[in-house]
Amino acid sequence: MSEKTLFRGARVLDPASGRDGVADVLVEGERIAVVGEEASGSATGAKVVECDELVMAPGLVDMHTHLREPGREDKETVETGCRAAAVGGFTAVAPMANTDPVADDPAVIEEVRSLAARAGLCDVFPVGAITKELGGEEMAALGEMAVIGVRMFSDDGRCVPTSRVLRNALQYSKAFDVVIAEHCEDATLAEGAQMHEGYHSYTLGLAGQPAEAEEIIVFRDLSLARLTGGRLHLQHLSAAGSVELVRQAKAAGLRVTAEITPHHFSFADEDLATYDTNFKVNPPLRTPEDREALRGALADGTIDAIATDHAPHAVEEKEAEFDQAPPGMIGLETALAAAITYLVEPGRITLARAIEAMSTVPARLIGAVDHGGPIEAERPANLVVFDPAAAWVVEAPFTSRSRNSAFLGTTLRGRVVHTMYRGELVVADGKAQR
Amino acid sequence: MNKHLLSINDVSREDIVRILDTAESFREVGTRVIKKVPALRGRTVVNLFYENSTRTRISFELAAKRLSADVINFTTSGTSVAKGESLKDTALTLQAMGADAIVIRHSSSGSPYTLTKWVRGSVLNAGDGTHEHPTQALLDLYTIREKLGRFEELRVAIIGDVLHSRVARSLSFALVKMGAEVTLVGPPTLIPPDAQAWGVQVSYDIDGVLPKVGVCYMLRVQRERQRQQYFPSVREYAHLFGLTRERVGMLPEGSLIMHPGPMNRGVEIDSDVADLPQAVMEEQVTNGIAVRMSLLYLMLGGAGTEAVSGDE
Amino acid sequence: MGSAQLLDEGEIRRAVTRIAHEILERNHGAESVVLIGIAARGDDLARRLAGEIERIEGVKLPVGALDITFYRDDIGMRGEAPEVHETRIDFDINGKVVVLVDDVLFSGRTIRAAMDALVDFGRPAAIQLAVLVDRGHRELPIRADYVGKNAPTRKDEIVRVAVKEVDGEDSVVVEEPR
Repeated sequence: MSEKTLFRGARVLDPASGRDGVADVLVEGERIAVVGEEASGSATGAKVVECDELVMAPGLVDMHTHLREPGREDKETVETGCRAAAVGGFTAVAPMANTDPVADDPAVIEEVRSLAARAGLCDVFPVGAITKELGGEEMAALGEMAVIGVRMFSDDGRCVPTSRVLRNALQYSKAFDVVIAEHCEDATLAEGAQMHEGYHSYTLGLAGQPAEAEEIIVFRDLSLARLTGGRLHLQHLSAAGSVELVRQAKAAGLRVTAEITPHHFSFADEDLATYDTNFKVNPPLRTPEDREALRGALADGTIDAIATDHAPHAVEEKEAEFDQAPPGMIGLETALAAAITYLVEPGRITLARAIEAMSTVPARLIGAVDHGGPIEAERPANLVVFDPAAAWVVEAPFTSRSRNSAFLGTTLRGRVVHTMYRGELVVADGKAQR
Repeated sequence: MNKHLLSINDVSREDIVRILDTAESFREVGTRVIKKVPALRGRTVVNLFYENSTRTRISFELAAKRLSADVINFTTSGTSVAKGESLKDTALTLQAMGADAIVIRHSSSGSPYTLTKWVRGSVLNAGDGTHEHPTQALLDLYTIREKLGRFEELRVAIIGDVLHSRVARSLSFALVKMGAEVTLVGPPTLIPPDAQAWGVQVSYDIDGVLPKVGVCYMLRVQRERQRQQYFPSVREYAHLFGLTRERVGMLPEGSLIMHPGPMNRGVEIDSDVADLPQAVMEEQVTNGIAVRMSLLYLMLGGAGTEAVSGDE
Repeated sequence: MGSAQLLDEGEIRRAVTRIAHEILERNHGAESVVLIGIAARGDDLARRLAGEIERIEGVKLPVGALDITFYRDDIGMRGEAPEVHETRIDFDINGKVVVLVDDVLFSGRTIRAAMDALVDFGRPAAIQLAVLVDRGHRELPIRADYVGKNAPTRKDEIVRVAVKEVDGEDSVVVEEPR
């Protein structure tokens, strides 16, 4: 007899179906059985989860995350990363290929998938590398990986160094209808950089990289996407100029998508004044004007998705001198709250748009068909229930194995209460169940 | 006074006046036969020098010893620092030894800030990467005040590799705070584009600036910058931006020539210029001890946050 | 808040004159005597004493100023590091009779610090102490050789000395605590 769960009284917010209103939801086994008034009728024997004042949305989908396994299990493993994802309300994540060994062929992809299946906490859609060992010269086994279901490729961590290699990848990828995702960074302009180049980098005595380090590559990649007709996705954009280029490209009908991270829409370069290495990220936090442009672009659809770029690092690595510390911060457990606190509450975007950017759209982009809604009968039960108003202080330790978060010590609003993955409550009352 | 001195912005204008005034008394101590006072008896001052700098380290060491404090030198050669011990572990060890003050010089900008997270004592920045060198700025202010008497309406030119100079930053901020007018001079590649936001002016024309200044402050230009292609050649740099004998003639009478040391004779400053009477580099060094004594006294001579009322 | 005048301008003047005579009497003249005032007001009093001695004996005594802040025994116990005044002793004190001059003698700690400081300047033949007011409550075995006025006070009272050179008038006042 399949297990039944009845979610009672939640505001069901589902951009995929356009639904936004209070409704009961009955889940049976791994699937949603009934949504609406009849739900309680069929709910005999069901475990009842009261959701008064809570919001239910399709499980969040993170299209840019780092699970660090294989290779750096001290920072995070597939299991701990998936658990952190679940606590953050995610039911699917796309881990990047810059592991050790690099995910540049089916073997590593399969290994990550099986680790995730063993953990059973969320679905994992490993991203394949564009080039062999992320070396930037020879194409990785794109086709072979596509054949086993990889839908997105990225050398993230690195930028594809030459136009020629990226062009070939975009061209070749058309055979498989996959997405080429790029971390846009001109290596020579960004060399040695610790933060955004501007008033603050000069005053703090830290080498910086100008916004142009990103914008130049954005322009290059958009041009190549136009030339080849391949599907391009621009990762973690940080600069106003980049956003403007994407806006123009979309207006001209180019098939390009883009994402921004919660830290880029929450913080700015001025926050580095205390040399806190948790604010050291790549691409760097830029000016408040850039941040404003990112927020506006998310609101008007120029930016399609919010992705965390969850980047765990060992405590001792982040405790080192600023220029020795690796860039990156974790983000799975704070992403939704950051979106609510910094975007929804101030009125920049609606909660529906936030869910669209964190679930509906990324699910489609990475080919996660069981995720992103709609919340309807027969659909797999991948859901998140959260309290949009709950205030909480971000503290260590996290569910993630690492603790490098710039949100430490801040008060955020919006807290995940339940996460349901394939019909199972993997997170209940804010706590991971296993 | 702030518990730490990490940036010149940690001291207010009033604090600076107090530091300079107190340094006068310590200068007097330096003229006595017994150049020592018991003011910081029983305190421990640690010199944590990750970058080699005999001059600054000795200055701090003498300053602490003349205040009767105990001094520990933790330098890169031959200690666990060289063996790759992390800054954090070194800090915790010093903490366990009971350091009241840690003077840190490090090649990574911001390391003094990081250090404050792990130690209870006061942290003094003796130069961090390309960020700041506040004690240098203070001793430079002292020298200027002693020689010229005032900061208001004083025009100071800071000339050279401003981009990589922690001295330039601290000194610019300090001079602006005290009411002086600062002009940064150098090739465009070595001056931060947003420098005006610091309250200073920028010029690429040294000959246009020199006739108007009361202080000509030369910065060290490393030959490595040429290898990094910030300018085409050392010769061209010296020709266009160096303080040559001819250029000294352009300076108004009574103006000072200063340099934080060590000098690259023949690059930013001609050899015989460095030995002119208006070049006060030696005074800068002497004043450094008095100013550092003043700082140590003012920072450690109070009770900090736990004040106990004494009696007269 | 009550306050009572202890010495007025005339009484201060007479005290200084009397002490000047006493110094000369005790030391059989002005030979080898130097005056060192403890900053801040002791400094001005020392100069006045020197002036009186010159008037009486026709001899100009060396006068110095000594700031004892760095020798205090309560450094690190007060909220802020105490403010420092000028020290100026441009004569040799070896073998001399040093008369330390201060405005008020109270716990004796200031004089203890002054003697420690003096020892760093040289080795006097003798150290004598002249104070304008001795208000009692010694915490150390220190006593004055020359006293302007003995004034028993309560420990919590405040004795305020004003000198023309610094405060524009000459007076000594005892105030009730706040």
